[in-house]
Amino acid sequence: MKFALAVYGAPANSQAPQSALHFARAVVAQGHEIVRLFFYQDGVNTATAIAQPPQDESNLPEEWQQFVQAHNLDAVVCIAAALRRGVVDQAESDRYDLPGHNLRKGYELSGLGQLLDGALMADRLITFGA
Amino acid sequence: MSHSVCVISTRAPYSGQSAREALDTALVSASYDIETSLLLMGDGVYQLLQGQEAGDIPRKNLAAMLQVLPLYGIDTIYVDQLSLEERGIRPDALQEGVTVLAEGQLPLFIQQHSRVFNF
Repeated sequence: MKFALAVYGAPANSQAPQSALHFARAVVAQGHEIVRLFFYQDGVNTATAIAQPPQDESNLPEEWQQFVQAHNLDAVVCIAAALRRGVVDQAESDRYDLPGHNLRKGYELSGLGQLLDGALMADRLITFGA
Repeated sequence: MSHSVCVISTRAPYSGQSAREALDTALVSASYDIETSLLLMGDGVYQLLQGQEAGDIPRKNLAAMLQVLPLYGIDTIYVDQLSLEERGIRPDALQEGVTVLAEGQLPLFIQQHSRVFNF
């Protein structure tokens, strides 16, 4: 079965990205396909490269990135939601003359249309953190 | 296969960005020429109250933003009757262009759509 996953909660204030990662691992382990990951609302914070949780706690952005790269997943971060919350790539940083960029490798900033597109491609859209 | 989308918006208009970002999802869906419904439930029903003066907070007036929906082919906004009753809101306190759905109508209404987005 083809799944699209939407994540709306941030690592520091929601269980959504952790639950989504558990679910995503189970999807892959059982031989199903993830056709799109879409990070929206506060979920965009999952893709930041500069959050540093305490050493003895899990680093969810790091774990998510490893999972995305290991399985070569199509991981999209909503560009409007990300810009609003301070998650930017090099191109957006240059465009708005910001002092840095922090989008992890393996993710792409793109429009909300990718959420729609993912939902239409997939047999199931599973939302975390609504 | 032709799709239809239901966007369910459950947060109050100025409680974070959820209402705005749910609306954006409905607008993008409609702009793709997908038949799209916006359903307000829970605190989402506050989005339709008349007389919002969001400029004082300062935020953009969400009720005014909802009024662009007909330009995208979304001619009515669906509202859950039970959510209105639980909050003591009478339908005439809402802006125009609203269809109130009784509790018993909701399951079938949602089921009529091929994709559902929860906010």
